[in-house]
Amino acid sequence: MGTASHLIVIGGSWGGIQASLSILSALPSDYSIPIVLVLHRLRNTDGDLNSIFEKKLLLKAQEVEEKDNITKGYVFLAPSNYHVLIEKDYSFSLDVSELENYSRPSIDVTFTSAADVYGKNLIGILLSGASKDGSSGLKYIFEKGGTSVVQDPREAEVSTMPQSAIDIIPECTVLNLEGIKEFLFFLHDHRTA
Amino acid sequence: MKLDNEDLFEQEVEELIQEIHTHYGYDFSGYARASVYRRIKRFLNNQHLSTIGELREAVFNDSFYFESFLQEITVNVTEMFRDPSFFLSLRTNVLPILSTYPFIKIWDAGCSTGEELFSLAILLKEEGLLERTKIYATDINQKVLKQAKEGIFSASNIAAYTAGYYASGGKQEFSSYYLSNYGSLKFDSSLIKNVVFYPHNLATDSSFNEFHLVVCRNVLIYFNRQLQERVFTLFDESLVNLGYLALGKKETLAMSEINKNYNFVDKGNRIYRKTG
Repeated sequence: MGTASHLIVIGGSWGGIQASLSILSALPSDYSIPIVLVLHRLRNTDGDLNSIFEKKLLLKAQEVEEKDNITKGYVFLAPSNYHVLIEKDYSFSLDVSELENYSRPSIDVTFTSAADVYGKNLIGILLSGASKDGSSGLKYIFEKGGTSVVQDPREAEVSTMPQSAIDIIPECTVLNLEGIKEFLFFLHDHRTA
Repeated sequence: MKLDNEDLFEQEVEELIQEIHTHYGYDFSGYARASVYRRIKRFLNNQHLSTIGELREAVFNDSFYFESFLQEITVNVTEMFRDPSFFLSLRTNVLPILSTYPFIKIWDAGCSTGEELFSLAILLKEEGLLERTKIYATDINQKVLKQAKEGIFSASNIAAYTAGYYASGGKQEFSSYYLSNYGSLKFDSSLIKNVVFYPHNLATDSSFNEFHLVVCRNVLIYFNRQLQERVFTLFDESLVNLGYLALGKKETLAMSEINKNYNFVDKGNRIYRKTG
């Protein structure tokens, strides 16, 4: 069984690697909330995305293996060519079903599944990207009582993804990368996971 | 579709799973729930149904409708040469050893629409083993087995398949294996002349033969630990000593009882060998 309490899910596409590195490299190794990161990537490549994150983060970076428990101290990366789902016992399931929004992994799939399990204790963050993936998942997080955060499109390398989320979730919180870091530190200080 | 109460939905799904078991004999109780819920919501959406009640009525009144429901719940998405590094490893690390046997038996468990089966057959042909290999291709779903037997795949993925073929160590022109026609690829049926297609349910059926290689990739991800353990035991019973087991890239024997009897041949590609 993984950790109950809270979960942070982050999605990004074009420009999302740099943006998420910038945020996550600022976090301490004992960060109190587990983090799941879904980045669009090429299929059927053994990308070394994981080693990039391993090198740059104080937190441990790990590609999701099926049935891994969701544990704090980790950034779990969605593996190439799999969707990542969340089970009720706070473990991961993988899925190789149809592409969603031309993507596998799809951000919508993980955001939606996580919202069904974590409800109001879920924080969704959508970063830079040239895709519409993620916005309906982020809306679902909001509808389930969770927190929806979007990177400021003016700052994002590609604004399509954050902007399409803002268009359908007017109530979401728009922050630049510095603001997102600050918010994550606030969560770290105020929530015991 | 909007659900007011996720808990109610999940409870209704549990009842539906039980009724399907009683009525049709398919046991989904050991399936990982996150995927089942997602597939059912997807099906409801596509069929313009709004409640599990409506779904129940349709599924139990019409066995053809149930067939299409079954298709949706058991994910059948697959591709040729998925993870080329796996096929390359099979070619370089496993097939040379299998070639020392006079007769080779392979089980492709959960073969779905056959893309992986044809990829395997192409490898065997190029390594000169196809003539003395018998492949048992099984799936829970008879409809996809029929499709697999046809060997007709959409041409829309041809670029990825071609790249995958060469990255897998392909030795011929990939195009020599298929005829292209109106957006589909018809693969050479001589590739599967030694293939037996068999309906088999990993959740309920037992071992039916002994194999030198069992390939079951990205099927176990849909099962819970308990059902996975059942399937691992089934594979263990179905493998000869020193036989090989190939799982999906993110699947593992690590938590299984049978793990102690298996060594990695290729850890990254999850190819195991039975040792005792």
